[in-house]
Amino acid sequence: MIGAGHAGLAASRFLTDRSIDHVVLERGDVANSWRTERWDSLRLLTPNWQSRLPGLAYDGPDPDGYMSSSEVVAFIDRFARVSNAPVRTRTSVTSVRPADGGYEVITSTGAIRCRCLVLASGACNVASVPAVAAGVPPSIVQVTPFDYRNPANLPDGGVLVVGGSATGVQLAAEIQQSGRPVTLSVGEHVRLPRTYRGRDVLWWMDASGVWNQRYDEIDDLTRARRLPSPQLVGTAERSTLDLNALAGLGVTLVGRLAAIRDGRALFSGGLRNVFSLADLKMERLLATFDAWARASGREADVGAVERFAPTQVPASSPLQLDLTRRGIRSVVWATGFHPDYRWLDVPVLDEKGGLRHDGGVVDDAPGLYALGLPVLRRRKSTFIHGIEDDARDVIDHLVSHLDSPGASRSTA
Amino acid sequence: MATMAVNNGVNVQALLDAREALKGAPEAAKFAWRATCKWQNGTHSESKVKGFFGLGQEQQHKTETSFSADHPEIFASEDKGVTPVEYMLVGLASCLTAGVAAVAQNRGIQLRSVESNVEGSMDIRGILGIDSEVRNGYDDIKVTFKIDADASKQEIEAIVAQSQKRSAVYDVITNPVNVTVEVL
Repeated sequence: MIGAGHAGLAASRFLTDRSIDHVVLERGDVANSWRTERWDSLRLLTPNWQSRLPGLAYDGPDPDGYMSSSEVVAFIDRFARVSNAPVRTRTSVTSVRPADGGYEVITSTGAIRCRCLVLASGACNVASVPAVAAGVPPSIVQVTPFDYRNPANLPDGGVLVVGGSATGVQLAAEIQQSGRPVTLSVGEHVRLPRTYRGRDVLWWMDASGVWNQRYDEIDDLTRARRLPSPQLVGTAERSTLDLNALAGLGVTLVGRLAAIRDGRALFSGGLRNVFSLADLKMERLLATFDAWARASGREADVGAVERFAPTQVPASSPLQLDLTRRGIRSVVWATGFHPDYRWLDVPVLDEKGGLRHDGGVVDDAPGLYALGLPVLRRRKSTFIHGIEDDARDVIDHLVSHLDSPGASRSTA
Repeated sequence: MATMAVNNGVNVQALLDAREALKGAPEAAKFAWRATCKWQNGTHSESKVKGFFGLGQEQQHKTETSFSADHPEIFASEDKGVTPVEYMLVGLASCLTAGVAAVAQNRGIQLRSVESNVEGSMDIRGILGIDSEVRNGYDDIKVTFKIDADASKQEIEAIVAQSQKRSAVYDVITNPVNVTVEVL
């Protein structure tokens, strides 16, 4: 198992349950990326009551709250302890290659031979920064969510935040509120209210079964796997952080960043349509929830049907911005993340560097598995509570592989 | 998904097959579209479109099409054709309309009529060089669709939104593109 985050530890738990000898390799400490790669204010998008791992449910005082990074670390740490996971910390994997019907894993503390290997090293190892970043004038500070901790990290003055995912809207809001005027560049995005009909919107995702939709039932799986995270934030007020809320805070909304020429950022004129797409998709999702509530007899458990105002198109939205002249002192690239597979010397990546897999069973590499990637086996795959079903399925497959005659060639 | 009953005259299956085939053949997906243009007199020109490149080889339209472009008489021209900026509106409306038909077919929605008006507003102080702050081209373009179909208003709005998302002309108007103009 590579990675002692919630995914690797959940899979480890299932292996332990079946008495299968294994080890969990971790470059740092358990839940490493939650310890070292999160900004200060970050909280989970899912409410506490949804935070559960195999055999461990949230039992704290605030089921409707949202965990901070340190609370997530404590929760995952506790899970590692109660499941007695065989974690080898401070062990970085430098290379994985096929060997004798299994794999040879080279680590900072020595080589390991294994028959099966599960990649649970995360979906967000590297910040994806678009090529246009090369055109940002050198006087302007550029940060990714990995560098960013809080607004005080940024110079005073204007900030261009690029990206309208959960990360982009959360950072835009707190930076704007720190007194640094924010211009937020948004392309296609996922709009959601924090609560709907009196319930957390993620309660609806869970209860209505949307989150349980399987990867092999989804029409356009490639698109589903590339979807940005929804515009949500976990706060005590359970407030909605959509683009209307940001505009209300004074954030200037502009279209997708298309190019930077001679220090001038050029934005798409298609802002109106990305608003329409997001509004229509949200309305369709809410209609799905309503239909489920009616059909399942849950009307009494929820409030009245709500509809939300369309995303307000700004009266004038700049199509270009002379960065230095208009006082932009920093750019925050909230343009997504991707996994780091540079250490994986097995030919299993597609032309874009993504892992070729079928529900976590890596293509053309018997015994190689993945967990914790977007919509790996279900829409909920990357959420903490989503790992249990995925890990169980993947470990089932792994066990049948170990039992299959083809795998018996292995000497390990 | 398409059903047998719905027929907007779009062969969605062929488009979906092409999408699958080109996933594994990015070279074949590289197209080049062309036009030739010949000055006539004054602001009048004649353009012709016949050949293009795609699927790895030269291709031809069934027939060659000619386009006359000129300026109206109020610009002291002879008005032997529509203005080039009007051709842009034609390009945008026809591209979005083709998209509406294809998306509706793919979603199993029967169209009865699809009509649109396109209007681009322009301050001609830009092209006349009166005010350097005023851009040459359109400062705003508005397309208004009137669609009669077996679908809810929301479904129709979703089709129109999707057609913008997949429109080449919408993209090239709303986003910058590198343009090289050279002299032989």
